[in-house]
Amino acid sequence: MWGRSASFLLDKRLRDQHPSLSSPSSSSPDSTMDLNPNPNHGVSAYYQTRAEHHAIVSSDWLAQAQAAVDREDDTALTERPHASAAVSLSASKPFSVIDEFNYWRKKPDLAEAVAAIMALAAVIRSCEATTMMELEIELKKASDTLKSWDTTSISLSAGCDLFMRYVTRTSAVEYEDFHAAKLRLIERGEKFGEISMKARRTIAMLGQDFVFDGCTILVHGFSRVVLEVLKLAASNRKLFRIFCTEGRPDKTGLRLSKELAALGVPVKLLIDSAVAYAMDEVDMVFVGADGVVESGGIINMMGTYQTALVAHSMNKPVYVAAESYKFARLYPLDQKDLEPALHPIDFGVPIPSGVEVETSARDYTPPQYLTLLFTDLGVLTPSVVSDELIQLYL
Amino acid sequence: MDMRRPPRTVSDPKVRQVGFVTPSEAPPTRSLSDAPTTVAAAASAASASSPPSGEISLPGSSLSPVMIPPPRHASSDGRPSAPVAVPNPASSLRRESLRIRVGSYNASEVVLGTPPSASPSSRTDNAASEFSEETMSPWHGKSGTAKVASSFPGSSSEMIVMKTGVGGGGGAGSTPKSPLTTASVVKTLPGISEKEREVLMGTQNDGAGVSKTLKEKTTKAERRALQEAQRAAKAAAKEAGAGVKPSAASGSAVVANTKQGKVVKPPSQKKDGPQIAPPSGSSEKKVVDRPPEKDRKKDVPAPRMQFDDKHRVEKAKRRAVVNQFEAKNRVELFRHLPQYIHGTQLPDLEGKFFQLDPMHPSVYKVGLQYLSGQISGGNARCIAMLLAFREAIRDYSTPPEKALVRDLTAKISSYVSFLIECRPLSISMGNTIKFLKNRIAKLPDTMSESEAKSSLQSDIDRFINEKIVIADKVIIRHAVTKIRDGDVLLTYGLSSVVEMILVYAHEVGKQFRVVIVDSRPKLEGQVLLHRLVAKGLNCTYTHINAISYIMHEVTRVFLGAASVLSNGTVYSRVGTACVAMVANAFRVPVLICCEAYKFHERVQLDSICSNELGDPDVISKVSGRQDLNHLDNWADNENLQLLNLSYDATPSDYVSMIITDYGMLPPSSVPVIVREYRRENLWI
Repeated sequence: MWGRSASFLLDKRLRDQHPSLSSPSSSSPDSTMDLNPNPNHGVSAYYQTRAEHHAIVSSDWLAQAQAAVDREDDTALTERPHASAAVSLSASKPFSVIDEFNYWRKKPDLAEAVAAIMALAAVIRSCEATTMMELEIELKKASDTLKSWDTTSISLSAGCDLFMRYVTRTSAVEYEDFHAAKLRLIERGEKFGEISMKARRTIAMLGQDFVFDGCTILVHGFSRVVLEVLKLAASNRKLFRIFCTEGRPDKTGLRLSKELAALGVPVKLLIDSAVAYAMDEVDMVFVGADGVVESGGIINMMGTYQTALVAHSMNKPVYVAAESYKFARLYPLDQKDLEPALHPIDFGVPIPSGVEVETSARDYTPPQYLTLLFTDLGVLTPSVVSDELIQLYL
Repeated sequence: MDMRRPPRTVSDPKVRQVGFVTPSEAPPTRSLSDAPTTVAAAASAASASSPPSGEISLPGSSLSPVMIPPPRHASSDGRPSAPVAVPNPASSLRRESLRIRVGSYNASEVVLGTPPSASPSSRTDNAASEFSEETMSPWHGKSGTAKVASSFPGSSSEMIVMKTGVGGGGGAGSTPKSPLTTASVVKTLPGISEKEREVLMGTQNDGAGVSKTLKEKTTKAERRALQEAQRAAKAAAKEAGAGVKPSAASGSAVVANTKQGKVVKPPSQKKDGPQIAPPSGSSEKKVVDRPPEKDRKKDVPAPRMQFDDKHRVEKAKRRAVVNQFEAKNRVELFRHLPQYIHGTQLPDLEGKFFQLDPMHPSVYKVGLQYLSGQISGGNARCIAMLLAFREAIRDYSTPPEKALVRDLTAKISSYVSFLIECRPLSISMGNTIKFLKNRIAKLPDTMSESEAKSSLQSDIDRFINEKIVIADKVIIRHAVTKIRDGDVLLTYGLSSVVEMILVYAHEVGKQFRVVIVDSRPKLEGQVLLHRLVAKGLNCTYTHINAISYIMHEVTRVFLGAASVLSNGTVYSRVGTACVAMVANAFRVPVLICCEAYKFHERVQLDSICSNELGDPDVISKVSGRQDLNHLDNWADNENLQLLNLSYDATPSDYVSMIITDYGMLPPSSVPVIVREYRRENLWI
């Protein structure tokens, strides 16, 4: 077979397009990026947050990253007030979405998207607009700011979009009084936040039915939803066993195995490359998702795709647990068709000069390799995702 | 019992019928009371499955229920049979609910419908209980039954007509058994209920399960007969001889049924049990559900013209404006599609210009352009048609004594049939026509003619603008996000949307290369090639033969579509499926660009059942190669058949994404769009 040269070209082009890949310090020419208060251009903020939440991550790369953060913190510090000033210009009040967002984000068991949703709800509350139009514009600005805070996080932008959709969809026309309308919006916003916070529990209830006694479950990556499902299943006295992949580079599998061991569930750790080896014994594969895209496929931590491929070829079901606020209007055609989310990798030894490192942190799993999605909307087949999205956005 | 039998056999169904119909009122009390008892008996005699059903039918008969008051027959019934007792209380309680059922005849339907299937297998207690319920319902639900009865008179005339017809077909169809059965039924109805029951038992013993079933059917049969007769009459009126064969056959059967049915069951039913059973169920429904039926008819797409049906083709030809000649050598599998000898119609049509009085010149012009192939491509044909209709509407004036809504719809229909004669409609055009007709139908009566006309014209403009022009723009915007620098894009044939996408992406400054794959005989790709090269795009041109070679350097395949069907199948220029499959084998994403107005709810699994045949001559000849003349005079050779298909169906498995004006979707979401789009169509 002829090698397809295009992929090389693509890689090269990617590097050209995103110089930040090779040199994180260079700022992108995008004007919106200048407003972006996220100090770390090179590293996906999404994965940083995760790393912060996941205590086990402990290699020198973290130290390096920390150093990098520290180094840039000065600039960040100077940048932050500036950014909030920009926001405050629109909010006409020293209220910053980002601050609010960060406040919520600090809570370890709160998903980023939920934090964004809460922050946006706070925007409505503190908004001093006097007309519906103003309020909407302001909300839009805030959500744009949030989205630009981390362009690589799918759930963040999806959450913002969904919130906007959900909140503003009620035609404000039905309320003649602006304050009534605003109250209604706040109410809706809070309700949406509540739903989002509850989502995980709903999913756990739906998902645990799929765990049967004596089954072996392969879990790739650390997902709070998957953990919730397994927790509930364990507390329902189901007897099952977990295979955990190691989850390089941030060793998310270690953290998961620790949590599960605490629950008394038998856990076995695998290195990431042992997935195919272990698949024989596995009854089902559980994964979480960073984002669920319109095709019904998922974007998740690197290695999900290969795990799904192996499971598919061995006829094992692949279940995805994902909250509905992760449904994004994206449609990647292949792996390169994504906004790259980068993640430094520690190989433990110095990398020879002239050797490239693939630092992408996530991959795209096409829908044909997924069996079912557990969401707070119910247990869905991949093709339903698009239906839900169409109904939401059209 | 024995006494009974002889009369049955002797009795002539027709005579009986007449007599029976008039006196129908008399028998009620008895029959009613009997019916329950009979049911009980039947239940007890579990061995014979068919008898119970027959008994049930008796009570269900429309005649008896009307006459008899429910309490009465219960009391009148001296027999303490359990089933009887149960039904009455239940019925009184349920009356309201039952009524509805009775009225709609669902209950009776169930009863009637079940017996045939159940009859072969022995019935159990369940069956008995079922019967009892049903039996109750007819009595108590007087109102419902009354309705049925009322329907009788109207139908009776038809039935009579049918009878006459029956003499031949019905008589032949019905075996000797049938007359017998009918007779028995008649008798039983008049009020020999007890006897009847006995008779039934006796028949069981005799092993003549047939007679029982017949009885049962009588009630059923009556209703069925009515409905069938009505239906047949309708159908007959409609078809007026078209499709005579099948309808006639069924019609005769129906007639037979109706004849006997009035009084009794048609014997044929027994024999044909399975065949007739379904119609009976439907017919019963019909009586009550008439309007829904109509609606359903509307919903169900009219069957496409099957060109291997000689009668229909003959008929169509007589009507046809355009004189089409049938090609001779045709591929067997595609005989149902129209195949015309191209090039013959044009002069013919031109000559007829002044004869075609009602045809608007603009429509005529568009028709000729379709015919000659000057206008091709889904969007172009659609827009041309709409503009022609727009002009026609502008010049339209309602004739005196006619309503604009109706007359204009008829007019548009005649235009459409003219256009179909020029070239089969595309699915997108079908959707467009549906839209236009819908708009016309929704015009408020209060609107003046000029207002209505201008509103229709603006509707057409809006449709063109929103559903085609703007939709294309949206599609382009979406598609361009999927083009990256360095991509090699492959396209097949000529699609207006794909062309716009490529041009726009070039204008935006994307660096990419285009591979244009083309195929004989149309070589539409050359047109695209010409335009793109003129715009300065970097193009490669190849024929579809080289597709497997060229595919390995391609990163995206962009294809247009004539239509996208609700199972995700893409219906497009022939060759598209081949390109998509090769791309899929090479793991190259296939993107289909298609406006949502081309979506259709139909499901199609292959390219055979609906397609368009092109001119076979063009594939037998190669232009510019006089030496390739092996196929000259091919039409004289019976062993040679040429197939020039215009479209093919690409299964959704080979499609990665469909880009529409609603965004980028997986093929599995097409039904959602079809649903939404339809709803939208109502207010557009």
